[in-house]
Amino acid sequence: MVAGFETPDAGAIAIDGADMAGIPPYRRPVNIMFQSYALFPHMSVARNVGFGLRQERLTRDAIAARVDAMLDLVQMRGFASRRPGQLSGGERQRVALARALVKEPKLLLLDEPLTALDRKLREETRFELKRIHQRVGVTFLMVTHDQEEAMSMASRLAVMNDGRIEQIGTPEHVYENPANRFVAGFLGAINLFEGQVAGSDGGAVLVDTDAGRLVATHAPLGAGSKVAVAVRPEKLRLAPTPSSVNTLTGTMRGVAYRGEASTAEIELANGRLLRVTVANTGGALPAPGTSVFLSFAPDAARVLQS
Amino acid sequence: MTRRLSPFLIAMMVIGFVFLYAPIASVVVYSFNSSRLVTVWAGFSFEWYGALFRNEAIGRAAFISFEVALIAATGALILGTLVAYALARYRRFAGRTLFAAMATAPLVMPEIITGLSLLLLFVALEQATGWPEGRGIVTIAIAHITLGVAFVAVIVEARLSSFNRALEEAALDLGAGPARVFFVITLPLIAPALAAGWLLAFTLSFDDLVIASFTAGPASTTLPMVIFSSVRLGVSPQINALATLILIAVAVLVGGANRLVRVR
Repeated sequence: MVAGFETPDAGAIAIDGADMAGIPPYRRPVNIMFQSYALFPHMSVARNVGFGLRQERLTRDAIAARVDAMLDLVQMRGFASRRPGQLSGGERQRVALARALVKEPKLLLLDEPLTALDRKLREETRFELKRIHQRVGVTFLMVTHDQEEAMSMASRLAVMNDGRIEQIGTPEHVYENPANRFVAGFLGAINLFEGQVAGSDGGAVLVDTDAGRLVATHAPLGAGSKVAVAVRPEKLRLAPTPSSVNTLTGTMRGVAYRGEASTAEIELANGRLLRVTVANTGGALPAPGTSVFLSFAPDAARVLQS
Repeated sequence: MTRRLSPFLIAMMVIGFVFLYAPIASVVVYSFNSSRLVTVWAGFSFEWYGALFRNEAIGRAAFISFEVALIAATGALILGTLVAYALARYRRFAGRTLFAAMATAPLVMPEIITGLSLLLLFVALEQATGWPEGRGIVTIAIAHITLGVAFVAVIVEARLSSFNRALEEAALDLGAGPARVFFVITLPLIAPALAAGWLLAFTLSFDDLVIASFTAGPASTTLPMVIFSSVRLGVSPQINALATLILIAVAVLVGGANRLVRVR
């Protein structure tokens, strides 16, 4: 829809204040980097990159200069005369990016640009893309199914569900303050405690849940309204002794070692499973079967309404 | 590991190839026979090739066949490509199945029926509108177009179906208008199929006897018709020489078409 291949049912799309309704793809200041790259197999790399400029009827020299500069940017200078069929996946990806950027669009759409690459190349390319983004200063609009990729690359991030934007903001804001249960569960892991508001206490609300009464920092809410207290696994603390507030009791079930951190699964007395992430700073985790206490600070929890 | 073929399999293969190619080979061999009698070998000679090139009736017929094939192949290419485009790009429209079946029906239609029905059509049309005036090159070419369209449509549609639409979208996105996209992206990428279709339509038209016999007029005898009528009066070694030349030309064209389809 942004590129002009589909027509929106409702609403408007404006780029730099200009309404895009009824403007065909070839007249929009938007370029796409396709998921399949869609390089023209019958043209060399240089001709692929120069294709968009040739449509603008620039002089041959101007086109050559901009193509060269763009190939430099994506470090593909030495490949100008090759055919796409002679390139590896990562190289094609660079050419596709160069081809989409050479027209200096106001907006660059990236349709899952990294999914076709293997994991190591993907992580390298992430930094590469960010570097290029900063160099060219074009707005990038990137679609991805990889939450980590979205968080590490975006300056603003929108979580979409069923064609609707659930929340939009900086990655940090959306992660720390998810607007609803979908966003909280989609972006990273979350522990949810469903319950009812029991009352407010100076900048915090008290919520009665199946795990007992929990305290979370939040503006006052009406007593009795149904809410969920959400706590990220890395904000739960594992302790041998109970603390003063928000303490839960459970039994260690299992530990997944992930290198920089471990995720432990803890079963509460009522059978509910919680996830706790513990940074790997040396000490061993309690063995499975051991009773443990869990706690979290009131300001580490979020209250989700609806 | 190499698997040894059993003598039985090799024998079957030899018999098969002999069955297919011995008659053709004998035509080629006897075209170099210096004897007037087709069945008696009297030494090697290019005599009949010389006679062939001096034979005006055959020269005229060859020229007519060439002209007809050229018109028919080009016409079939244009119409067949349009058919293929409609079938490949518009996956759902009312009557699509009927359209596809009708477009490809000439592939399986007996030629004698195609020829007869076209003859009746041309006669009726002439009586009603005065066109076509008698039968000739134009009517043969039209008849051959109906046959060639089906072949071109099948070949080009296969190519278009495997065509990555994202390439066209990418070109649109980069600022090329729809017409430019067709000529700069779509056409070069399906060109091998177009060339293959054209060559196939050309050879089909060039060696067709049945449909041409129905739709030809007195002044438009095609090469296969000349061959057929002269053979009825007894096979002249000239015809062997001609058949050899046609054989070479067709082999080159079909081989070329095959290569084009396989490349890329």
